[in-house]
Amino acid sequence: MNRPKTWLLLFVALIAACAPFQDAINPYYFDILITIGINIILGVGLNLVTGYTGQFSLGHAGFMAVGAYLSAAVTVFLGWGFVVALGVGGLGAALAGLAVGVPSLRLKGDYLAIVTLGFGEIIRVLLQNMEVVGGSRGLSIPVRNTGLFGTYLAAALTVYVVVLLVHSTYGRGFLTVRDDEIAAEAMGINTTKYKVIAFVTAAFFAGIAGGLYAHFKQFIHPEGFGFLRSVDIVVIVILGGMGNTPGVILAAILLTILPEGLRALADWELLPGGLRGIIKNRMILYSLLLIVLMLTRPQGLFSSGGKWTQRWQALKRRGRA
Amino acid sequence: MTEFLQQLINGLSLGSIYALIALGYTMVYGVLKFINFAHGDVYMVGAFAGLYLAPWVWKVIPQGSDPSRFSWSTAGGALAVLLLSMAVCAMLGVVIERLVYRPLRERPRLTVLITAIGVSIFLENFGQYLFGADPQLFPEILPDRVIDGLGDLTVSVNQVVVFVVTLALLAALSFIVLKTKIGTAMRALSYNPVAASLMGINNDVVIAFTFGLGSALAAAAALLNAINYPAYSIDPLMGILPGIKAFVAAVLGGIGNLPGAVVGGLILGVLETLVVGYVSPMYRDAIAFAVLIAILLFKPNGLLGRAEKEKV
Repeated sequence: MNRPKTWLLLFVALIAACAPFQDAINPYYFDILITIGINIILGVGLNLVTGYTGQFSLGHAGFMAVGAYLSAAVTVFLGWGFVVALGVGGLGAALAGLAVGVPSLRLKGDYLAIVTLGFGEIIRVLLQNMEVVGGSRGLSIPVRNTGLFGTYLAAALTVYVVVLLVHSTYGRGFLTVRDDEIAAEAMGINTTKYKVIAFVTAAFFAGIAGGLYAHFKQFIHPEGFGFLRSVDIVVIVILGGMGNTPGVILAAILLTILPEGLRALADWELLPGGLRGIIKNRMILYSLLLIVLMLTRPQGLFSSGGKWTQRWQALKRRGRA
Repeated sequence: MTEFLQQLINGLSLGSIYALIALGYTMVYGVLKFINFAHGDVYMVGAFAGLYLAPWVWKVIPQGSDPSRFSWSTAGGALAVLLLSMAVCAMLGVVIERLVYRPLRERPRLTVLITAIGVSIFLENFGQYLFGADPQLFPEILPDRVIDGLGDLTVSVNQVVVFVVTLALLAALSFIVLKTKIGTAMRALSYNPVAASLMGINNDVVIAFTFGLGSALAAAAALLNAINYPAYSIDPLMGILPGIKAFVAAVLGGIGNLPGAVVGGLILGVLETLVVGYVSPMYRDAIAFAVLIAILLFKPNGLLGRAEKEKV
């Protein structure tokens, strides 16, 4: 069991060594790097709910909003430190997750998707009407606290906790709920309990991600946490492969860099104007990606057990023999 | 009392539009046991089909010169726009089913759900690319006029038209479902798809037909909504909210149950209008979610639905 811990320590040492040089990084690349870290936290967290427990949530950005606003508010109004603010944001989001999860997780698939979607929208509308935190004008945070070290430490801890959780008895519980809820109940497993645990944990990490985001961008706005943001996170999980943490990390990296690449492509004069218009709208490509993936590779882009993985393993076996 | 009656009339005309959309959800759920998330966006496509088709139709059937008087050619033109938009959406529904949902029929429900959301996001954003993101004013295909002699009540001609057309569509639908061969096949399929196909029913054809029928009703709802409200403007994201509300209406009536969808739609429409009129317009869109959460907690099978046991 100490292998994940070794990896964690190695990774933390690596980012600690890199962190002092963060000012030397071009601000554009720095922005992308931090966004990748935040997206990893969001994707790996949601994967716990969608991938391992098989519950579809369309309101993950709502929890991110709770975390972002809480951590920003305690910093701006109470002057609390960054780490404490992040913790408050995470715990607040977890509480929100509990409040939403307990009634709605008794529902199944399609209904849960609609209820979580509704919840995400309700959070956004509430924030828009809350004048204390700026309402629809948004909220500014005076100091940039989020750095390379903080973001990737949080990302590494998220991955670490999720990996440990999945390999524990809780993980077995999540998987049985996903694979066959009736059989799980027949075996005496409290399915609602496991669903709520997965949901609350994911909400906590989304809150942390929101806090990091708020303290990085220094300006948050309710519109930034709408339905499309939730879809972004879902696409990361689906592309990476449901229940495949390394895949989700790769997908988070890929889907953060991809829009930047597409932006360059959309400015390329040689392409016909219509095609450039389509490329400019990221959501057209994302939705097509979702449909095509579900039709051809529902297990995600980076899953094991695919054709190429099998060929690679066959090659390795041949090499060994 | 007059005010209440007025709210009731407005609510019923809103509710009949929800009912038409809800029928599409419930029919597809009946044959495939899944919720077609893209249905609200088919409604949006119906509205845009009407917007672009109207000038073409007017070239063939010119509108009457005096909008304040009834003219057969105006009414005929409006009917033609309605039927053509319904045909466009029916084709769209069949194409979506053929390309996307049919290959997924035996897959886990989560896969189908994610795909349906993908189709929905695609229609919204491709619509923004194709039609532009800004709202566009819908042309007046049927000039409106208030009916005289009702005292304090204001009922417009078009509200009556909406009722009449909705009733006609419902009658046509129940004729198709109850009396025709394909309707019988639809009902057989919703009871038991395997047994239905053993009896020689071609499930693919029936499912495609169901999608076409539901999508045509969504287009009709879009056009009736445009007729109902003067200076109606449409945009590619307009389908999201009516889609969600109609889904709530379908769940309220009991999903999979056709009369239930109509009852649910009417109740939701009246409830929404009453809340806007007597409580606060701010809660207009929240009411649907409140109703949904209440039904799911207290009567998950809806008002007219039957409890379905999951077989292991």
